[in-house]
Amino acid sequence: MAGIPHDHYEPKTGGEKWLHSRLPVLGILYDTIMIPTPKNLNWMWIWGIVLTFTLVLQIATGITLVMHYTPDVSLAFASVEHIMRDVNGGWALRYIHANGASLFFVAVYFHIFRGLYYGSYKQPREVTWIIGILIYLLMMGTAFMGYVLPWGQMSFWGATVITGLFGAIPFIGEGIQTWLLGGPAVGNYTLTRFFSLHYLFPFVILGLVIVHIWAFHTTGNNNPSGVEVRRGSKAEAAKDTVPFWPYYVLKDLFALAVILAVFFAIVGFMPNYLGHPDNYIEANPLATPAHIVPEWYFLPFYAILRAFTGEVWVVQLASFITGGIVDAKFFGVLAMFGAIAVMALAPWLDTSSVRSGRYRPMFKWWFALLIVDFMVLMWVGAQPTTFPYDWISLIASTYWFAYFLVILPLLGVIEKPLQRPDTIEAEFEAHHGASGGEAQKPNVAPAE
Amino acid sequence: MFKKLAASALVATLVGTGAYAAEEGHVTDYDFSFEGPFGSYDQAQLQRGLQVYTQVCSACHGLRYVPLRSLGDESGPGYSDAEVRAYAEGNFEVFDEEIDDYRPARPTDTFPANEAAGAPDLSLMAKARAGFHGPYGTGLNQFFKGMGGPEYIVSLLTGYTGEERQQAGTILYENEAFPGGWISMAPPLYGEDVEYAEGQPEPTLEQEAKDVAAFLMWTAEPKMMARKQAGLTGVLFLIGLSVLLYLTNKRIWKPIKHKHS
Repeated sequence: MAGIPHDHYEPKTGGEKWLHSRLPVLGILYDTIMIPTPKNLNWMWIWGIVLTFTLVLQIATGITLVMHYTPDVSLAFASVEHIMRDVNGGWALRYIHANGASLFFVAVYFHIFRGLYYGSYKQPREVTWIIGILIYLLMMGTAFMGYVLPWGQMSFWGATVITGLFGAIPFIGEGIQTWLLGGPAVGNYTLTRFFSLHYLFPFVILGLVIVHIWAFHTTGNNNPSGVEVRRGSKAEAAKDTVPFWPYYVLKDLFALAVILAVFFAIVGFMPNYLGHPDNYIEANPLATPAHIVPEWYFLPFYAILRAFTGEVWVVQLASFITGGIVDAKFFGVLAMFGAIAVMALAPWLDTSSVRSGRYRPMFKWWFALLIVDFMVLMWVGAQPTTFPYDWISLIASTYWFAYFLVILPLLGVIEKPLQRPDTIEAEFEAHHGASGGEAQKPNVAPAE
Repeated sequence: MFKKLAASALVATLVGTGAYAAEEGHVTDYDFSFEGPFGSYDQAQLQRGLQVYTQVCSACHGLRYVPLRSLGDESGPGYSDAEVRAYAEGNFEVFDEEIDDYRPARPTDTFPANEAAGAPDLSLMAKARAGFHGPYGTGLNQFFKGMGGPEYIVSLLTGYTGEERQQAGTILYENEAFPGGWISMAPPLYGEDVEYAEGQPEPTLEQEAKDVAAFLMWTAEPKMMARKQAGLTGVLFLIGLSVLLYLTNKRIWKPIKHKHS
């Protein structure tokens, strides 16, 4: 791999040499695990390991659940109850898998906003960013289809509402919707294909995760200062970095253990808190639930979907210009996918030459507002569409787009960035000299 | 700044989600022995609840997902094998395809489904309804005590006002807890509907309602005790592991962070 210069794997024993000349798998593993990593990474850099772990956890529990689940509309709901009551440890598998989805999204949102704050999407890491967005989209698809499998009321009606979105696309929408569902409405053919794809997608994600890691191992990690690792020589690079093993492996494992303690508290003590009670009622096409609410991790984008009603002038304008082809429903769908698309385009929308938000005095505040905006969208997505919630969701949705399409391009021009450290080493020394120094001084002084 | 934002995002995520489906019906926050991380089922209460279910509810409602054998679960009602067998044989008949006829139920059967009156199955009712989502709609109560289906069940069973009205040929009964306020189920319990064994509380309406609600929580979540036990073990283990990893991490980073000492 190109990138930061470091010691590569040297086969030592005869067996290693034999294997290395035929399949350099040990070399790839060694270079991956010993990759030089900026030594100033903070706690926001732990989410990648959490996400990797969660992916493996979901695949492992998922494969076991499949052994006991039946994808048939007359048996699916009962087979989930069979897992909960008759299968040894089945309740644990199912609750870990169901709450694992929430852990996945908590981690991915931290991971994405980490990237947005520290400018991890910027040149030369655009490909890493785009692959990340693809992974996120696949995660949403996987989570959505997984939620349909227990065949509860919210499964059925959620599937009806979400696939209905595709029906809003002019001309080809109905065809796409039928293609997704496998028939005219949500039915057995929907359940079987969702089951098949819910099993397939995680392995596609796994493949993309490997490419994602490959991409950022090629460019090197970003870091909180946004200053690149010096690559002139091995010795120079070593001043800015530490090998991933053992330094970051142990740091990440510690963070993972803390997060898993919280996760197991939720699985053990309140496993249904993040779910919806209606999903413990078997799907009934004749009874619509009073509130059809998506899972929490879809709420921000659900809020954007619902924000653009026919009363909004932008929607009316779009409808007028396109001769009615873009109606309010289709506009909402465009807005929802557009909200992710603008995020994907961040590397080209952000005009600032400074990578890390830490040295961007104006950006900081707009970014803080984006976080607040995201949480407001999440909250308002679960509220009714009446006043004042309609206004709140419209304003919050507008800000989401304004941040990426207006604020990011403008800030790069008008903002005066702060002084950045010259090297990661300088930043690291300054940090541990100043803040670590106070606590350490009594111990350090006598030794010197 | 990033850390603060991150922490508040997590809190908002956890707190903000329990709040929907608020506006309907009045649900009282009843206390149950199985609430909270350390709560457990009260075996005597489950047995009383089974009695109420058998003598009153089972006339219209089934428990199609609940195996009769689970009445012998130690963390559940805890009956002996002989008692479970006697209960199954004495109360239910099931259709056996092999003999093409009805026969007395066995512990290996489930409670029969009952669709005669169009009443919903009760196996999962305690998880299919939400209870008290306060204080102030924050859902914090649900976060600590559970989603509150049993609270809803007690509130419903005790929530009849006595008003009736006729609509499209069926009689509807006013109920404070039911969404919309009018339910087609006639008041099933009045108090003194069953006779509890000696040494048990008086079968008042509220007592019966609470007992059957606790029983239905057990039918919905029979593995709750094992789950909490595993959760506690897991959390304690992970806290211990975290401490060890923290110390290890600190130690290996020390020469990197304090080069000059």
